[in-house]
Amino acid sequence: MDLVLPDFGLLFWTGLVFVILLFLLTKFAWKPILGMVNAREEKISEALAQAERTKEEMKALQAQNENLLKEARAERDAMIKDAKETASSMVEEAKSKAKEEAEKLLVSARETINAEKAAAITELKTQVAAISLEIAEKVVRGELSSDDKQTALAQKLAEDINLN
Amino acid sequence: MTISAKFNALILTVLTVLVAGFTYANHHEAGHEMTEEHHEVDATHGEAKEFKVDEMIMHHIKDAHEWHLWGGEHDGTSIYLPIIILDEGLKMFSSKHFYHGETKTAVDHATHEELHYIAGVGPAEGYAMFHEKIYKLENGELAFEDGHAHGERVTDFSITKNVAALFLSALVVMLLMFSTAKYYKKNGAVAPRGLAKFTEPIILFVRDDIAKANIDEHKYKKYVPYLLTIFFFIWISNLLGLIPILGSNLTGNISVTLFLAVCTLLVTVFSGNKAYWGHIFWMPGVPVPMKIFMMPIELIGVLTKPFALMIRLFANITAGHIIILALISIIFINKNIAWGALSVPMALFISVLELLVAFLQAYLFAMLSALFIGAAVEEHHH
Amino acid sequence: MYGSIAAIGAGLAVLGAGLGIGRIGGSAMDAIARQPEASGKIQTAMIIAAALVEGVALFGVVVGLLGNAK
Repeated sequence: MDLVLPDFGLLFWTGLVFVILLFLLTKFAWKPILGMVNAREEKISEALAQAERTKEEMKALQAQNENLLKEARAERDAMIKDAKETASSMVEEAKSKAKEEAEKLLVSARETINAEKAAAITELKTQVAAISLEIAEKVVRGELSSDDKQTALAQKLAEDINLN
Repeated sequence: MTISAKFNALILTVLTVLVAGFTYANHHEAGHEMTEEHHEVDATHGEAKEFKVDEMIMHHIKDAHEWHLWGGEHDGTSIYLPIIILDEGLKMFSSKHFYHGETKTAVDHATHEELHYIAGVGPAEGYAMFHEKIYKLENGELAFEDGHAHGERVTDFSITKNVAALFLSALVVMLLMFSTAKYYKKNGAVAPRGLAKFTEPIILFVRDDIAKANIDEHKYKKYVPYLLTIFFFIWISNLLGLIPILGSNLTGNISVTLFLAVCTLLVTVFSGNKAYWGHIFWMPGVPVPMKIFMMPIELIGVLTKPFALMIRLFANITAGHIIILALISIIFINKNIAWGALSVPMALFISVLELLVAFLQAYLFAMLSALFIGAAVEEHHH
Repeated sequence: MYGSIAAIGAGLAVLGAGLGIGRIGGSAMDAIARQPEASGKIQTAMIIAAALVEGVALFGVVVGLLGNAK
């Protein structure tokens, strides 16, 4: 029977010990522990939020980067195109210039040749005329060296004239 | 917890069946003992005593003024705990003066049976101890009627075995929690390591699954320290009680569970709001005669809830101790190796089961306390 | 003699508790099978209900103990 009857002494000690235990644990254990756990939980959730924010920022930054990259690429493409154009135009120009020059050279060469030719021809003509004159002189001299010959010639000429 | 939940039903059934089985066996032995008593008394000074299982078990699960370690009742080793009594001033002396006192025999006035009690010697002179209770001797005698001593009881504040165990479990809980708190104080709000890694999940379990789950979200914080204290005190006491030799049936003592249940009752009553009391004294939504009829029923309900808490913890832990002791006793009753081979694994099985029950009962006590408090502070919306 | 009567009483209490806890366990199993995601809540509710039934059975055991102790 006394198994289920409370004992006053033990009841007293239980009460005393439990109340002291409750007080001490609340003050020196539960409050610091739960406080720290709460602080940690807050820290963790804050860190998570921070991570989320950073992620967003990273995303924005990445988009920005992409844009920049795109721009840069476009710029580069434009530059390359420009350079190519310039180069090709320069080549073209050089080519045309060279052609022109060649043409000019050709023309001047031709002119020179023509001039030379003309000069040569003129010279040749004068030379031929001189030579012809000389020959003619010599021939004439020979023809007219005797009276017979002069008479024959005059006769022949007179025959050629032959008053028709 | 998951496994425990699934096997809970099975376990509890096994437990109750075993208790019932033992109750019978115990009685069988008790009847036997009655006839053998005379023989046993004569034998105390001579040859080996007959082993009496119910006496041994009752001796172990009840409170005592000594901490019996090993050996027999008279030649064994015990720690004699201090006795503090209030009788014309505070008196304090070692319980040695009782246990090494003078065994006296008295005849029961009603049944004419011979009963034995111990009269104290030295500083305990003038007091007698019968079944661990201290009485004042009248003319050097203690009278008995119907097996009960009829002497004047003195107020006993002794540091009994259970009180010592109470100090021990309070100390263990404090050591455990203070070192956890120290860890956080030293390291700040960081992830737990070492001891804190073990205690923190349990603390958070009590906070989240017991307090937060049952009490209104804005009000639960106030009750967390109480629930934590009650949970850890019961759990550690239950576990310490299971240690052989060093264990004491602390939470299987009705005084302890009574106090804890009264605490829960007081917390519930003092935190009860208008709606809670309204539901008890003037149940809304029912006709007036019914309201009057419901009032006493609801009032009794307020008391039966903590009463059930008290009985549940007491009966579970006591039953556990009884089963383990009874299984071990099988060896000494039969004095046979084969029975030993059977009883030791069974006792081991029940011991392991008791580890689970130790946690389960602490959890249930805290859980139901939280449930009652939660019902008391709940805001009703009609 | 009263000891044996107490034992019968305890046995009856066990019978009731066994039936009650068995039903709770069975229903909990059904519920978990239907809604495995709610198993945590069901287990908690099951333990509380089982503890309440078991508490009643333990009243029986205590009465049995009382009978035992005269």
